[in-house]
Amino acid sequence: MSAPPTSPGHQLPREHYLNSTYGIRSWLLTTDHKRIALLYLVSVTFFFFIGGLFATMIRIHLLTPTGYLVTPETYNRLFTMHGVAMIFFFLIPSIPAVLGNFLIPLMIGAKDLAFPKINLLSWYIYLVGGCFVLYSFSTGGLDTGWTFYTPLSSVYSNSAVTPAVIGIFINGFSSILTGLNFVVTIHTMRAPGLTWFRMPLFVWAHYATSIIFILGTPVIAISLLLVGLERMFHLGFFNPALGGDPILFQHLFWFYSHPAVYIMILPAMGVISEIVPTFARKPIFGYSFIAGSSIAIAVIGFFVWAHHMFLTGESTYAALAFSLLSYLVAIPSAVKVFNWTSTLYKGSISYDTPMLYALGFIGLFLIGGLTGLFLACLGLDIHIHDTYFVVAHFHYIMVGGAVMGYVGGLHFWWPKITGRLYPEFMARTAAVILFLGFNLTFFPQFILGYLGMPRRYHTYPPEFQVFNVMSTAGASILALGYLLPMIYLTWSMRYGKVAGPNPWPATGLEWKTPSPPITENFPVTPEVDWEPYDFAHRPDISLTPSTPSLAPAHGDD
Amino acid sequence: MHRTGELYGQFQTLDQQRESATLGMWVFLVTEILFFGGLFLAYTINRHVYGVAFGVGSNTLDLKLGGFNTAVLIASSFTMAMAVWASQTGRKTQVTVFLILTLILGSTFLGIKVVEYAQKFEHHLVPGQSFDISYHSQNPSATDSAGEIAAEKEELEKAFSRDPYLNSHAQLYFSLYFGMTGLHALHMVVGAGLLIWLIRQSIRGRFTPDYNTPVELIGLYWHFVDIVWIYLFPLLYLIDRHK
Amino acid sequence: MSEHIVSPKIYAVIGSTLLLFTGITVYAAYVDLGPLNIVVALAIATFKATLVVLYFMHLRYSPKRTQLVIVSGIFWLAIMLFMTLSDYITRA
Repeated sequence: MSAPPTSPGHQLPREHYLNSTYGIRSWLLTTDHKRIALLYLVSVTFFFFIGGLFATMIRIHLLTPTGYLVTPETYNRLFTMHGVAMIFFFLIPSIPAVLGNFLIPLMIGAKDLAFPKINLLSWYIYLVGGCFVLYSFSTGGLDTGWTFYTPLSSVYSNSAVTPAVIGIFINGFSSILTGLNFVVTIHTMRAPGLTWFRMPLFVWAHYATSIIFILGTPVIAISLLLVGLERMFHLGFFNPALGGDPILFQHLFWFYSHPAVYIMILPAMGVISEIVPTFARKPIFGYSFIAGSSIAIAVIGFFVWAHHMFLTGESTYAALAFSLLSYLVAIPSAVKVFNWTSTLYKGSISYDTPMLYALGFIGLFLIGGLTGLFLACLGLDIHIHDTYFVVAHFHYIMVGGAVMGYVGGLHFWWPKITGRLYPEFMARTAAVILFLGFNLTFFPQFILGYLGMPRRYHTYPPEFQVFNVMSTAGASILALGYLLPMIYLTWSMRYGKVAGPNPWPATGLEWKTPSPPITENFPVTPEVDWEPYDFAHRPDISLTPSTPSLAPAHGDD
Repeated sequence: MHRTGELYGQFQTLDQQRESATLGMWVFLVTEILFFGGLFLAYTINRHVYGVAFGVGSNTLDLKLGGFNTAVLIASSFTMAMAVWASQTGRKTQVTVFLILTLILGSTFLGIKVVEYAQKFEHHLVPGQSFDISYHSQNPSATDSAGEIAAEKEELEKAFSRDPYLNSHAQLYFSLYFGMTGLHALHMVVGAGLLIWLIRQSIRGRFTPDYNTPVELIGLYWHFVDIVWIYLFPLLYLIDRHK
Repeated sequence: MSEHIVSPKIYAVIGSTLLLFTGITVYAAYVDLGPLNIVVALAIATFKATLVVLYFMHLRYSPKRTQLVIVSGIFWLAIMLFMTLSDYITRA
């Protein structure tokens, strides 16, 4: 576009997926993937608040070494419920169920996913699982740690373990069906001309994630089912007093739960792979390597689970093998970081909000990933296992990585989802606040862990107080960084500037539809004859070699 | 709601619809492989550690009933495959016939399982407070031969000397027995429900060479459940028969 | 999904083979082969399962993609079993 930076006056399309039908039934019985994505958006945000509430209480309690806020037993419940709510009901569904559901059919030129009714069923299954877990939380909570180690969870705990494991078991089927839907859709419903290597990397990322959903989730389902059965019928699988084996539970549990962390990060990496080329105005560097590394992470990620068990009694030789494999799984992630960085090199970079989140992701994921290598080293892990070093490591990846990818993705596709732009200055400010708050919260925890502060303890030696106070202060800033987008994004749905089909502009198929799209996405199935991220040769969206590299449209000019 | 056989809105062609449905069923079966797989892992590790108890537990199972059940399931897979063939070649009546046969065979399997489970209850072999591996040998029923009981007592004596905690470990075996065959039976019940639906559709003549996807897909599910049993049978019934 | 129609004759042959090998596996269970008993039992079960998958489930006539899906599932199960066993077997 050779127009000046202020976007020309766009009009919202007259009919689109949001206003095509009215009434609560048209939403609760919808089979439109876009509406289902919004249903998930509301539900995962709700669980984010629940998990955030527990995090707040933890951080307040840890302001003082002896902790006055809650009793030790309650503290155990706080960190457990924080983990369960955040991992199973926020992080795992977040990007796939919200952004993946919304965008995958649009990105591949399809009218919907392969199985729209199963998509809706997934959401209801998620809700049922969520109800069981909320029931558990409100009737005494859960104190076993989100890892449900036996025999505490299966025999000795006095908390509401059974409804919780039932809830997570049910929720697993939501994930499985979503993964199944995505795999089939990506295989069979791509538009003519959209070969595998012309697909957006966001779709590749979700394909890899879906492989993990399909292969890993059933295993945790059966593991938690066994815990529930053992608790109800006093069987003895995991109870040493009856000849059972707690390590067997850990093998079963981590066989899923390690790949689960790749479920949480791969979609975020997919988001970053979309944002970086758009705001560097350059094709992504090494497309096939990024695609291949997504698959590699999904595959190799299944071979490393026992690195969570180095100190719980597994054989040293097995530990060696798992340690080596854990180092190998870092390689494809590093490939991605190199490729994103190379994409930035000599790009025409604009620091729009999504790009701020993407840049933050790259730096924070790097720190989180490298500290993962520290933990994978057997000798080091002896000292830092079960300390705040681990806590900091996974929060850098899950919050500094996955959540920033989610929020950045929400911003990037917000114009497509709602038809409106958010206020840019407010958004950039919030991104910076989030980044600063995040680092202030979690960097001190690396130091605490290195100095020896154990995790899951309600007290700590007084010399650790300074870092704990810093961490809590950071948490309050981080909270602000999350609240601000919730406010202005909601505000923008009514008062934001109308965005038009392609405000950035970006090169994916989804940007060729109106904003918001019609229910059927495309009136006629498109035919694709272009390569992805080709910013210089897309005359159909006004991108030619002679287009000056302009900053994208802003929301409040 | 769409009638079966029509093109759904999200698909371009009937071929694409059929391809998607088939791929979807195969992917679902993979999730089932891993789901049962967790139990197979628990079985593998526990058998590795408690071989003696597993052998004793296995020998209490009725091999005649188990073997017959295996044959019944194999036959039901055959009739299911024939139902698919009949639908592919336009033999509408035969589709219904073969589906009904499959349902009858599947129900036979479940009936026999009920008999086996009842026997376990009688012999105090259900995990829980009253589990007792020695109960049957100490409380034989009228139909048991003296020779069999004596052999059982001798086997238990030898086993207890090799594993003093035999009762607890045998309880683990039976937890897995009930867990694995129970989960399998649950899948059979679901399969039976699907067959009933299929039979009703088939009676209305819905399945033609152009459209027989439900028959094929439910067939895939049924064969998968058969395969699970093909593994369960030797692993549960044939551990230490030579002892 | 293939349009390849498998004839009832093949189904009958496969079905009979499955029944035959069921008998063989029961017979083999009564022979003391020491540690090989479990190997033989699993080998026979795998042979039977393969026949069901290839012929009753038409995998032999299915597109390569479908074959890859099933092989992957089996491969992943194998990983779970073998890598976990490797822990138990290598303990001191």
